[in-house]
Amino acid sequence: MTATQAGEARAGVEVRLEDLRRSYAGVTALDGLSLTLAPGELVALLGPSGCGKTTAMRLVAGLEEANSGRVMFGGRDVTGLPANKRDVGMVFQAYSLFPHMAAWENVAFGLQIRHVATGERKQRALDMLELVGLGKYANRYPSQLSGGQQQRVALARALAIRPQVLLLDEPLSALDAKVRSRLRDEIRRVQLEVGITTLFVTHDQEEALAIADRVGVMQSGRLEQLGPPTEIYSRPATPFVADFVGLTNRMRGDVDGGAIKIRGASIPLVHPDVPDGPAIALVRPEAVSLVTDGEIEEGPLVGTVIAVVFLGAVSRVTVDLGDATVLAQMQTSAASQTPAGTKVRLAFRNDPVLIQREEQAAPASA
Amino acid sequence: MGVFFLVPIAAMFEFSTRGNSVTAPRTMEAWTNIIKTPDLVDAIIASLELAAITSIAMLVLLLPTMVWVRLRLPRLNRIVEFICLLPLTIPAIALVVGLFPISRWMRINISDSILMLSFFYLILVMPYSYRALDAGLAAIDIKTLSEAARSLGAGWGTVMLRVIVPNMSSAILNACLLSVAVVLGEYTFANLLTYENLQVAIAYVGLVSAGTSIAVAVASLLFAFVLLMVLSFVGRPRERMARAEETIVAPESRILPLRDSYIGVQK
Repeated sequence: MTATQAGEARAGVEVRLEDLRRSYAGVTALDGLSLTLAPGELVALLGPSGCGKTTAMRLVAGLEEANSGRVMFGGRDVTGLPANKRDVGMVFQAYSLFPHMAAWENVAFGLQIRHVATGERKQRALDMLELVGLGKYANRYPSQLSGGQQQRVALARALAIRPQVLLLDEPLSALDAKVRSRLRDEIRRVQLEVGITTLFVTHDQEEALAIADRVGVMQSGRLEQLGPPTEIYSRPATPFVADFVGLTNRMRGDVDGGAIKIRGASIPLVHPDVPDGPAIALVRPEAVSLVTDGEIEEGPLVGTVIAVVFLGAVSRVTVDLGDATVLAQMQTSAASQTPAGTKVRLAFRNDPVLIQREEQAAPASA
Repeated sequence: MGVFFLVPIAAMFEFSTRGNSVTAPRTMEAWTNIIKTPDLVDAIIASLELAAITSIAMLVLLLPTMVWVRLRLPRLNRIVEFICLLPLTIPAIALVVGLFPISRWMRINISDSILMLSFFYLILVMPYSYRALDAGLAAIDIKTLSEAARSLGAGWGTVMLRVIVPNMSSAILNACLLSVAVVLGEYTFANLLTYENLQVAIAYVGLVSAGTSIAVAVASLLFAFVLLMVLSFVGRPRERMARAEETIVAPESRILPLRDSYIGVQK
């Protein structure tokens, strides 16, 4: 039996959220969210705490009711259906296995509700546990499983009922970094094999960028940008997205004719048709390089390395310009040439950058 | 502690086995009198029935209410707690006086049976049962568990019976035990409302035969101990685990997990 047979996936359905709104005691949690998930697609909703991503997921699951808007599964309006009639599988942030049931009983729970015959129920439960690599742990109780194993059983349990939609509500946030990374890949593998439409909620940008077909960045109950991970990272639509996804240097400069001049260096803008004037450029650390060749003469872009942080294949170098600090990210081999105390000159890659006007911006670093 | 607890019981047992005079040999007459006294037997049966009805009614009323309040109306939690604990602060005699008109109406319009006392006992056991159930609910994440069950297709009845109740079986047993103990030891309500339950019967028997009344008191204490022991063994959750370990054996792995393969190849 293959994994796909084990899951016996239905063809993934399209999931459409139309202008969903939800508020709690006058506080708006979701402010007109519209989003369409293609069949079999994995979309990650990413955002800071309180941005409305979990609310969106709970509305899709039927665990809460929207003030207005619609949720459609495969063209069918499920907005008014209670959670137990929605046909979704859900993995929660908190460990949600039933403590009094063994792993296989947990997985078989939804099948029992659906009156699947005992023999088939057990077999399917064991098959699903195999799918997540826990066949040998079928008889263990949740208290006998590690956090990562519990979440894998929860994933098997959610998939065992062959739901139309899979909802993952920060399922990795309680796990340590190594387990999180491994389980993240495993979730993606299973999702691809089963072919189920999946909504994944997380506040961890690395997780979202690594696992999703598309990432939706949310702020204050609204979707700021929706797109493939590479687009979200390299072509952020708003300063918030640029700021939230990845590290960003905020550098003061002057917009002049579709480019921004920062300490004498000119960088093109993503949106060149903006009025001239002072602004803050959002520059990725990897767009900053350090020049050490020859004699470094004093200038606005000359500074001293004050810290080098080793991150594995790459390193992050902090340069003190006197009145500001700038982060640069580069290969570790290159960073090793500029230990702390080295005098360097900054250079910027010619990639277009986003800007933020002074009045919108938090205090800038340069 | 054990001595403090057991010495009075041993003394009661010793008293209940004394003969009619100082020199008379020991006798179990007081104990055999228990079953020879029809009124006493009726009172014991009535009290046991009251204990059972009160416990069941308490669970039916309190458990779903407390779960619902925790899940859907957490703002009402304090109010429910206040209402449930209120009987502790009101003396039994004041409660009886307050409830007497209701009792009279019930006797006239519904039934004159002693089992009607369970309505009033329900109020008496609420503070103790509430505390026991509250501790049980606090020990599990009922919100996540119920939402997980709901997302798997379970209705509220299934969530309650198959997810919440099994995970707080100890708390439920504790609440039942406290209810049984309160009902078996209740005297004021029954006496003032002119019903004859176990404690009232013991008091009456005590007027005729002190030994028999003490024997009944010791027997009711022993009954409570036995009940406690039985409930504590029944409530052990790990028994099931051992059984499940024996019965289900997972087949050999047929699908490779991710660490071995990305494509889930069959062996």
